[in-house]
Amino acid sequence: MFDNEKAERDAGVTETKISAKGVQVFYADNHAIKDVDVDIGDKTVTAFIGPSGCGKSTFLRCLNRMNDTIDVARIEGQILLDGEDIYDRRVDPVQLRAKVGMVFQKPNPFPKSIYDNVAYGPRIHGLAKSKADLDEIVEKSLRRGAIWDEVKDRLQSPGTGLSGGQQQRLCIARAIATQPEVLLMDEPCSALDPIATDQIENLIHELRQSYSVIIVTHSMQQAARVSQKTAYFHLGNMVEFGDTSDIFTNPIDPRTESYISGRIG
Amino acid sequence: MTTVLFAFVLLAAVASFVLARQRAVSVVGGEVSALHSRPSFHGLYSGLWVLMAGIGAVILLTIVPNFFIDRALMGQIAAALPDDPRIAHQLVLSDAKALASGEIASKTDDLRLEIAAKYSSSAGLWNWVRVIMVVGGAVLAAFMTLGAISPDRRARNRSETIIRFILAGMATIAILTTVGIVMSLIFETLNFFNKIDWQLQKFLFGTTWSPLSGVHEGKLDADKVGAIPLFAGTLMITMIAMLVAVPVGLFAAIFLSDFASRRVRSVVKPMLEILAGIPTVVYGFFAAITVAPFLRGSGEAIGLTVASESALVAGIVMGIMIIPFISSLSDDVINSVPQSLRDGAYGLGATKAETMRQVVLPAALPGIVSAALLGFSRAVGETMIVVMAAGQGANLTANPFEAVTTVTVQIVMLITGDTEAETAAGPAFTLGFTLFCVTLLMNFAAQRLVRRYRELYD
Ligand SMILES: Nc1ncnc2c1ncn2[C@@H]1O[C@H](COP(=O)(O)OP(=O)(O)O)[C@@H](O)[C@H]1O
Ligand SMILES: [Mg+2]
Repeated sequence: MFDNEKAERDAGVTETKISAKGVQVFYADNHAIKDVDVDIGDKTVTAFIGPSGCGKSTFLRCLNRMNDTIDVARIEGQILLDGEDIYDRRVDPVQLRAKVGMVFQKPNPFPKSIYDNVAYGPRIHGLAKSKADLDEIVEKSLRRGAIWDEVKDRLQSPGTGLSGGQQQRLCIARAIATQPEVLLMDEPCSALDPIATDQIENLIHELRQSYSVIIVTHSMQQAARVSQKTAYFHLGNMVEFGDTSDIFTNPIDPRTESYISGRIG
Repeated sequence: MTTVLFAFVLLAAVASFVLARQRAVSVVGGEVSALHSRPSFHGLYSGLWVLMAGIGAVILLTIVPNFFIDRALMGQIAAALPDDPRIAHQLVLSDAKALASGEIASKTDDLRLEIAAKYSSSAGLWNWVRVIMVVGGAVLAAFMTLGAISPDRRARNRSETIIRFILAGMATIAILTTVGIVMSLIFETLNFFNKIDWQLQKFLFGTTWSPLSGVHEGKLDADKVGAIPLFAGTLMITMIAMLVAVPVGLFAAIFLSDFASRRVRSVVKPMLEILAGIPTVVYGFFAAITVAPFLRGSGEAIGLTVASESALVAGIVMGIMIIPFISSLSDDVINSVPQSLRDGAYGLGATKAETMRQVVLPAALPGIVSAALLGFSRAVGETMIVVMAAGQGANLTANPFEAVTTVTVQIVMLITGDTEAETAAGPAFTLGFTLFCVTLLMNFAAQRLVRRYRELYD
C-alpha cells in the first residue's frame, strides 16, 4: 500500500495537495476566518501557528469538513484536494474524512479495545477483506503509530486504559489505519508530557514520508522542529505563509515578528 | 396556646439577637475589630440559645404532661368500664377532651363529664407550668448569653457548633423516619410469617392468593397466601410496559440528542416533559375508559378475545407513562458522552448513524441500562393504572389478554377493603416489604452502573 513512497521521495517533488482560495468561515455572526488563500504541499509538514482564538482550528476543520457538524458554521470559498473541490455537492463528507484523517487536541480513544479502536475505520470503510487482512492493517498502523511494542500483548484491553501519550499515539494509529492522504493534527501534544511529545514529534517526521501533515501548535519550538512550512494566523487572517526557516528567522509581517519574539501571546 | 408560645420564643430570639449584637459593640466601645467574633455572631449565638431553650421547653412540656394525664385518665375510665374494649375507653377520653374544650362529643354522660372536669383542671395547671417554664427558660438563656459577652468570647465558633448539631439533628430525624418505616415493614412481615408458621415457601411459591378467606375463623390459611399470581401479574405488566417504554424512550432520546434540529428539540422536549407531568390517576382512567375498549374492539375484529381489564392495556399505558422518564434520563447520558468521541468517529469518516450506534450508544450503555432499571422499578411500584385497568382477581395466566392482578393492586384492596385494618395489615405489609426489596435492589443496581459510567468520563 505504500509502494510508491520511496520513488516519490527520491524524485523530490512536493506537488500541491490542498489548495484553498478565498476561504471565509462564519460562526453565526462571528467572522472567524477571513479570506484565506494557501497551497499545502504533499509529503510536507505544515504548521499553523498564532495566538489563541485566531482561527487555526477552524481553518483546519474546514479541510476535512468537520465544520459541517457544527450547526452555526458557514463556509465560503473553495478548497481543492488534488484539484477537486471538497465542498462540491457531489463530494460526500464522510468519504472525504476517510481521505483526510484527523487527530485531536485531547486523546479520544473510543471505549473499546485497542484493536477495535484501530480497526474501526477500516471496518466502516470496508478496507479489509478478511480477518487476517484486518489484523495486518491494525499491526501496520500501530507500528507506524510507534506504539506497537507497547500494546502488542494487550490488543484486547481497553484503549482508555493507556497513558495520555499512548492514547494519543493510538489515536494517530487509528487515523492512519483508514489510509488517509492528509493528516490533520490539532495541537496533538498539548495534553502530553515532554517525553510523549518527543515521541509524537518523531512520529510526525516518519509520517511525512507518506502523507501531507498539517499540525496546529502552540509551541513555536515545536513548529520549528517538525515543519517545513509555517502559516501564521492572526485574528482570522493568514498573515504570513512560507518556509519555516524563513518565518522564524526573517518574518516579513510585523505581527508575525511580534508573535515570534513573544510580544503577542 | 402552643402557637402563642412558639411566637413568643421566636420574638424573644430576635430580640436577644439584636440586644447581644448591640452589647457586643458597646463592650468594646465601638472598636469592632477588637472582638474575636463579629457582633452578629454574638447576636446569633444568643438568639440560638433562646430558640433552643424556648422550643425545647415547649415541646417537652407539651408531650410529657399529656402522656401522664392521658394515662391517669385512661386508668380511671378503665376502672369505671372494666368490660369495654380499649378502643371504647379511648373514645370516652377523646369525648371528654372535646367536652372540656367546649366542642361537640359523640355522647354526653356522667363519666364523660367527670373525666372532662378532671382533664380541664390538670391541663389548666400544667398549662401555667408550661408558660412559666418556657418564658423563664427563654429569658434565662438570653440573660446568660448576654452577660457572657466579652471581646475574647468565641461566639462564631460556638454558634457554628450549635448549628452543626441542629443540622445533624435534622439529618437524624430523616434517617430515623426511614429506619422506622423499614423496621415496621420488617416487623409486620415477620409477624405475618409467624401467623403462617414460617411456611415462607407458601407465600413465595404458592399459587392461590386469598389471604382473607380464613378471617372469620380468626386464622390465616397458609394455603391461600401464595403470592405467585401477583408476582407473575406484576412481572407481565412491567415487561409489557418496558417493551413499550424502552424502545420508544431510547429512540426519542437518540433523535432528540443527535438528530433533531434545534427547533424540533425545543418543541419536542417540553412536550415529553408535559407527558411526565400527567398524574398517574389520569393515565389510569385513560387506560380503563379509552384504551381498553379500543383494544377489545380491535381484538374482536381479528378474532382475539381481549378482556376489558387486561395485562396488555395496563402494560401499554404504563409504558406510555414511563416513556418520558426513560427518554429524559437517556437523553442526559447520551448528551454527556463527550463530543470528542463523536468528533473522533466523524473524523474517521463515520456517518452520524454509525457514530451513534458504534461509539455513542456503547459508551452510554451503562447509563441507559440504569435508566431502564429505574423505569422498571417505577413500573413495579406503579399503582393507579393497574388498579383501574389490570383487574383484581388473583389469576395466574401467561395470556396478556386476560385480567391479572399485581402486588400493588392487592395492597390497595387489602387496605381499602372492609376487613379490619389489623387483620389486613399482615399480608399488605408483607407484599409492601417484597416490593420495597425489589425496588431497592433495582435502584441500587442502577446507581452502581451510573457511578461506573461517571468514573469513565469525568
Ligand atoms: N463551535 C464553535 N461555535 C462558535 N464559535 C466558534 C466555535 N469554534 C470556534 N469558534 C470561534 O471561532 C474563533 C476561532 O476559534 P478557533 O478556531 O478555535 O481558534 P484557535 O484554534 O486558533 O485557538 C474564536 O473566536 C472562537 O470563539
Ligand atoms: Mg484550537
